[in-house]
Amino acid sequence: MYAQMVKTARVGVKPRDEMTEQERAFQDRVDANEKIEPKDWMPDDYRRTLIRQIGQHAHSEVVGQLPEGNWITRAPTLERKAILLAKVQDEAGHGLYLYSAAETLGVSRDELIELLHQGKMKYSSIFNYPTLTWADVGAIGWLVDGAAIMNQVHLQRTSYGPYARAMVRICKEESFHQRQGYDIMMKMAFGTPEQKAMAQDALNRFWYPSLMMFGPPDQDSVHTAQSMAWKIKVATNDELRQKFVDQTVPQIEYLGLTCPDPDIRLNEETGHFDFTPPDWSEFFAVLKGNGPCNKDRLKARITAWEDGAWVREGMLAHARKKAAATAAAE
Amino acid sequence: MSSEWPLWEVFIRGQYGLSHRHVGSLHAPDAECALRNARDVYTRRNEGVSIWVVEAAHITASSPSDKGPLFEPSESKVYRHPSFYDIPDDAGAM
Repeated sequence: MYAQMVKTARVGVKPRDEMTEQERAFQDRVDANEKIEPKDWMPDDYRRTLIRQIGQHAHSEVVGQLPEGNWITRAPTLERKAILLAKVQDEAGHGLYLYSAAETLGVSRDELIELLHQGKMKYSSIFNYPTLTWADVGAIGWLVDGAAIMNQVHLQRTSYGPYARAMVRICKEESFHQRQGYDIMMKMAFGTPEQKAMAQDALNRFWYPSLMMFGPPDQDSVHTAQSMAWKIKVATNDELRQKFVDQTVPQIEYLGLTCPDPDIRLNEETGHFDFTPPDWSEFFAVLKGNGPCNKDRLKARITAWEDGAWVREGMLAHARKKAAATAAAE
Repeated sequence: MSSEWPLWEVFIRGQYGLSHRHVGSLHAPDAECALRNARDVYTRRNEGVSIWVVEAAHITASSPSDKGPLFEPSESKVYRHPSFYDIPDDAGAM
């Protein structure tokens, strides 16, 4: 997902009899679906895990602008360009909502950005794949934003108030992203044979990386249990992945495209699609920094941050000078 | 001195006739930029007709530990609600 493999600050769920009275009262509030707010008492591990998760999610939104931003100047029509600009601008907004939510936990946005640039915080593996053709922009909206929505819809019910509220806003906007992506795919899939081939190629390349977005299989996901007890994770990786596959296969069929997984088929007994899991060694390699675009993505972020420093400093100096002049005149 | 832009809280009036409501926060060097950024971030889809921005440091908030002393006293004052009073139907609409 946009936050993958977020390490909880502890492994395994803390048993109730090991909890302090304060921790038990906290868990009771979470169990009763009460929202935890910034000034409320919370266990240190809950705070640390949330900072990691929300921070990673925020970084993903911001880094996620890069693969699509690549196509803004080359969008096929003025309308598509306006739509793509609006979408990429939304991603910046989503990053901002999430950084703001993280900041309520006592970390500053600049600190989080610094950690990203030092390679100490991650962003979603999906953004380390290149966007080679215009059809990739369609595939990202449809599959990547589609996978993100699957997770984010659940996170609207997460226990931490500011995170849940950010998710509500994000989900409202994200639906446009997925639909504009599918709209591009329809145009291509129903177009010339060349366009259709381009759409198929984009699907082929983004299918497995999209499945990886949900994170490793539940059996290897040691942090899930505690995060679920805290309700900062509301569904497991495998549940969400299955839901995504079930939703997406009919959409592939509608486009007249072929799923790149030759073994995908509806299991009559379960009512779900059986599918081939992605190559997890590729997932771990990408997370470690060895994906096709990791270095470019991070370099682009660091350059943007460093090249913008004089603007940030100049604007702050101007604001302070103006405030001092106003104070002197009073 | 920190080079990080201060934090501002953003309040939007959704429609004429409604109060401003807190929608989120952002960083900006001054009030003017905060207002402009708020417009870009929080009203991209016709969400508002008016914006307030307040530097977060200027907000005084009640503490969660004061929840009891602040809000419990009103729980026992049921007579402040109209439903406390039993008025017979014969008395007409009230």
